[in-house]
Amino acid sequence: MSEATTTKPGGLADPAARKALMAGVSSEPGSAKPDPILKVDTIVRSFGGMTAVNVDHLEVQRGIITSLIGPNGAGKTTFFNLITGFDKPSSAGKGGAAWSFDGRRLNKTSAASVARAGMVRTFQLTKALSRMTVMDNMLLGSQDQRGENLLIAPFRPLWAAKEREIIAKAESLLERFKLLEKRNDYAGSLSGGQRKLLEMARALMSDPKMIMLDEPMAGVNPALTQSLLGHIQSLRDEGTTVLFVEHDMHVVRHISDWVVVMAEGSVVAEGPADTVMSNPAVVDAYLGAHHDTDLGDDALLNEEVADQLAEEVAAEEADREQTESAKKEGTS
Amino acid sequence: MDTIIGILEAMLRTAVNPATAGVVIAVIGLNIHFGFTGLLNMGQAGFMLLGAYGFAISLDQGLPFPVAILVGLLAAVLFAVLLGAPTLKLRGDYLAIVTISAAEIIRYVGRLSNLSEYTGGSQGLRGARYQEPFINLSFLSEDGRWTLPPEGLYSWLPSSMWAGETGGRILGLVVLVAAVAGAIFLIKGQRNRQKELKPGSDLPFAQRLRTGLAVSGLIFVAVIAVFYILPLTLDQTKSNGWWVRLVAWSMVGISLLVAMLLVRSPWGRLLRGIREDEDAVRSLGKNVFALKMQALIIGGAFAAIGGMVYVLPSTVQPDNMGRSMTFFIYTALLLGGAATILGPLLGTLIFYPGRILIREVADAYIPDSIMSSSQTDQFSFIVVGVVLMLLVIFRPQGILGNKRELRFNV
Amino acid sequence: MKSRATEPPEVRTTRATQLSRLVLVLPFVAFLMALGTPSAGANTLTLCQPTAGELSCVNGTVGSRAEPVGDADVTLTRPDGTEETVTTGDNGRFSFEAPVVGEYLLSLDGLPEGLEQIPPEAQFAGPDGTVMVNVDALGRQYVPALTVRSVDYDSSGTSKTDQLLQAGVNGLRLGLLLALASLGLSLIYGTTGLSNFAHAELVTLGGMVAYGLVNLGGLNLWLGIVLTTVICGLVGYTQDRVLWQPLRRRGLGLTQMMIVTIGLALAAQYAFQYFVGASTQKVVVRTFDSFTVGPVRLSYMDVIAMLIALVLIIGVGLVLVKTRIGQATRAVSDNPALASASGIDVDKIIRIVWTSAGALAGLAGVLYALTISNGIRWDTGMQILLLLFAAVTLGGLGTAFGAMLGSLIIGVVVELSGPLGAPGDLKYAVALLILIVLLLFRPQGLLGRPERIG
Ligand SMILES: Nc1ncnc2c1ncn2[C@@H]1O[C@H](COP(=O)(O)OP(=O)(O)OP(=O)(O)O)[C@@H](O)[C@H]1O
Ligand SMILES: [Mg+2]
Repeated sequence: MSEATTTKPGGLADPAARKALMAGVSSEPGSAKPDPILKVDTIVRSFGGMTAVNVDHLEVQRGIITSLIGPNGAGKTTFFNLITGFDKPSSAGKGGAAWSFDGRRLNKTSAASVARAGMVRTFQLTKALSRMTVMDNMLLGSQDQRGENLLIAPFRPLWAAKEREIIAKAESLLERFKLLEKRNDYAGSLSGGQRKLLEMARALMSDPKMIMLDEPMAGVNPALTQSLLGHIQSLRDEGTTVLFVEHDMHVVRHISDWVVVMAEGSVVAEGPADTVMSNPAVVDAYLGAHHDTDLGDDALLNEEVADQLAEEVAAEEADREQTESAKKEGTS
Repeated sequence: MDTIIGILEAMLRTAVNPATAGVVIAVIGLNIHFGFTGLLNMGQAGFMLLGAYGFAISLDQGLPFPVAILVGLLAAVLFAVLLGAPTLKLRGDYLAIVTISAAEIIRYVGRLSNLSEYTGGSQGLRGARYQEPFINLSFLSEDGRWTLPPEGLYSWLPSSMWAGETGGRILGLVVLVAAVAGAIFLIKGQRNRQKELKPGSDLPFAQRLRTGLAVSGLIFVAVIAVFYILPLTLDQTKSNGWWVRLVAWSMVGISLLVAMLLVRSPWGRLLRGIREDEDAVRSLGKNVFALKMQALIIGGAFAAIGGMVYVLPSTVQPDNMGRSMTFFIYTALLLGGAATILGPLLGTLIFYPGRILIREVADAYIPDSIMSSSQTDQFSFIVVGVVLMLLVIFRPQGILGNKRELRFNV
Repeated sequence: MKSRATEPPEVRTTRATQLSRLVLVLPFVAFLMALGTPSAGANTLTLCQPTAGELSCVNGTVGSRAEPVGDADVTLTRPDGTEETVTTGDNGRFSFEAPVVGEYLLSLDGLPEGLEQIPPEAQFAGPDGTVMVNVDALGRQYVPALTVRSVDYDSSGTSKTDQLLQAGVNGLRLGLLLALASLGLSLIYGTTGLSNFAHAELVTLGGMVAYGLVNLGGLNLWLGIVLTTVICGLVGYTQDRVLWQPLRRRGLGLTQMMIVTIGLALAAQYAFQYFVGASTQKVVVRTFDSFTVGPVRLSYMDVIAMLIALVLIIGVGLVLVKTRIGQATRAVSDNPALASASGIDVDKIIRIVWTSAGALAGLAGVLYALTISNGIRWDTGMQILLLLFAAVTLGGLGTAFGAMLGSLIIGVVVELSGPLGAPGDLKYAVALLILIVLLLFRPQGLLGRPERIG
């Protein structure tokens, strides 16, 4: 069911295909991609005297996982806000500021229209709607509900069918994110990690073309991190473009097909994970004086090790699923 | 004993007053604003006043009845758009400040002597100038009077059990308690059955209809029982008789129904989402500004209808719909329970008679040397203010609200 | 009123010398005023009470309730041509019996120098500038308006520019007092995020306390003002201690707290009525001497009030910028969590803010009652709440300097809009209009900063 609705043509499930696709792309900041879904030009945002974002040019490749990394205060969240219409570029950069998503210019577009265009985001500080149930949270994520029209709303038969349909979809997503038993609980009663999951699941209700995740793994326990990573990868495999912000270099190295590094508002480097992490500019940006700190350089994961890791993750998943379904049977 | 009966009668008269019904409708509107959407509208009385003026002035100028209602509604809608446009994109406080100011200005304009030809100035627009068309609509007798309950209903009982007799009052009380308990029992049972189902699916229509009819029947019995305890005699029609009460409370019923259908729809879900976190809702592709505007307009339209009902039996006196009125509306809403369907009705029905109770009890039992009779009135309002404070602090969910919801108060 | 200082023509020199003269004279005036005792305003008018079907009454006040005019002669001409005249007392009241149905005419004479009657509305105008009262039933009260204005108001007497000058000065006076009151509102908002709808009641409280101390208690006016300020400061402190701090500890949401302030405002307003009654009470019974500078007429009290306000505003500004407490306050406004993490005792700062907010609002209330509203009533504060909020929002919610700037703008605009054509209370609408326009173009206010999302 979920496969049928979320798979898009052109899913890049094959790692080799992705590698081949990005092989020709130069590791320069702002390099051109073969099939960019998001293009950004000269976007500037300053707060008072401080320039939080100043990006000359950036392209995000369709169908792969791109990580956006950078030290605290690098401007990642602000960049997200700008792209998704939650913030406006400063007047200083207005002259040339332009960004387009899937061929559509988004400069003056409201946050809501950006989301409707297929680019949905989550927030660094989760925004679960506390005094609504998990299910209601999910249902809000769905697009094109006739019942959301004021004039149609009072007449239940006009929207009851759609309601049943999206409830089914929400259930399948909640199942995937291990939140199904919580569906009638208030979102405010969820743990921090569960809220992150809920927010991601809610964002997926609209079948976005591209999902932008702001630190989805922060505050999530390691076991859950693994399954979250699995979800993100399967999203990619079904054809959704993923742009996500992450501080944990192991994670970045593990799942990203492409890495973009921001520092002090600008893009200072991009490229495949290994290349980027050995880039002196990145090390500089991150560490300043502390050049000797570990940058997630664990045994320089080669293909084999990575695959093994992925398998382990999958096995763990299956295990958990089994125990959980067993638990469910036990209770019911 | 007579004092107590007198006080109870005063409370009942207040409870069935058309003005009380008007306020209930305005509270329903505020519930959509504040309870469901989280909009801090501090000018609900201004919406009422505007509705009342639009309605009464149109009738005074000779426009047909339906047009007058439309004018009143339209005035409130325009007011909502005007106030919402600059503020709904900003933090909630701005709406509060702008609405409270704008409502005051409506009142000032109403009081202007240059406009007194239309508005009656600070004296207000006298009812006689606009009530005629409404009274003419009545299908009740023009001059007759009616007592509720009609004697035919109980004349077979022994005369010590007649309505208003001591025995009858006790009987009525028993029936009242039984009917209310029965209704609550039925509603709870229905809720529990609904909870066991999968969300989104409904109990069979026939079953819902059966419960609905049974509950309505019990409520009807309860209302009759109240009048059986305290019989009430009024004009059938005239400007302030049964006719206007019938219409006013029917409007309350319709408003409750419409509000229920609206807030239980996906549209209502959006409103609640906005109340919780509008940025989250925006990130899901919803036009938050438009939705807030819709909520402001709908709630304002309810208030406008409430204003029309409020002035039907009396005058359009601008000072009656000033800041204090807005504050009373908030108190009633929080008393009953914000974001509940029946909260506005329950809250208002406790608020107004409750204030009368305080005033009359103070009047009857506190000697004049300690509290003069004008002071008892002010005393009752002081109590209202304090109750509002205590309510928000200790029981913010009101009488009907869900305690569980409140634990995640953000 | 009787002894208005008129300007001898030969001394009409430059404005600068006039001002310096004024400054020299002030302490002296203050001293004289301190010596002055309130004059007893005995008023033996018997009020007519209507009797159903038998007797109607024509009652009213010369001037307005807030600014009654004493010593004026009101003459009633009955339908049969007989006349009756009363001279108003300090409360400006007149009262006549109207035992038959018909048209009665009221005329007003003997107004104090410098005042004239405002011509009645067309539908109430009788012959020769009289006010017509149409007694159409017996047993009712008729309250005709006998309103007055200063002679300068009329454009035949003074030019439009002179009117505007007077209005501008009045606006400055209003603006300064508003600034005094709104500083606290703004600081409370800044440090706690609370929109305090009961702030206006602190203003009223100031007037009420002063009325109790000075008028009823017979205390010296200046001592009374100081004591009132202290008492209102204590009320602010107590409010925070007893109510707001515990509520913050409980984690009550801001919206809920705001509704608590509404309840408090409601309770306070009716408590004022309960204890003091619904009519206007004067802090001091006598009127203050006034003087003219060019076309502008001011009372000495006006000048003193404006000076006090100005000094205090500058003082608070300096405290905010220069002292440690001020800097800590601004830090808390900026980011309470950060401030508390960096060792600032946030609760203490908020307590100081509440105390000074109470004191400033109370002082503003006394000065307002002494100058602008000529007395204090249970809803005096409520009437300016709108202006206070407009001022604070205009300047930028939570910025103290914004509140000062916003208050001055609102004060001047409100007073100027009268002579520029806004009738009656509609001048307040102008304040709201400015606010709405500003919100459309600069929502954070004049001195505010936009907020962070995401
Ligand atoms: N509304 C605002 N006002 C002032 N400064 C801001 C605002 N929003 C962001 N900034 C500043 O802009 C800079 C970039 O912030 P941003 O939140 O984008 O960083 P980030 O890369 O997401 O950091 P982190 O990894 O810690 O989340 C920071 O220095 C921050 O203080
Ligand atoms: Mg961030």
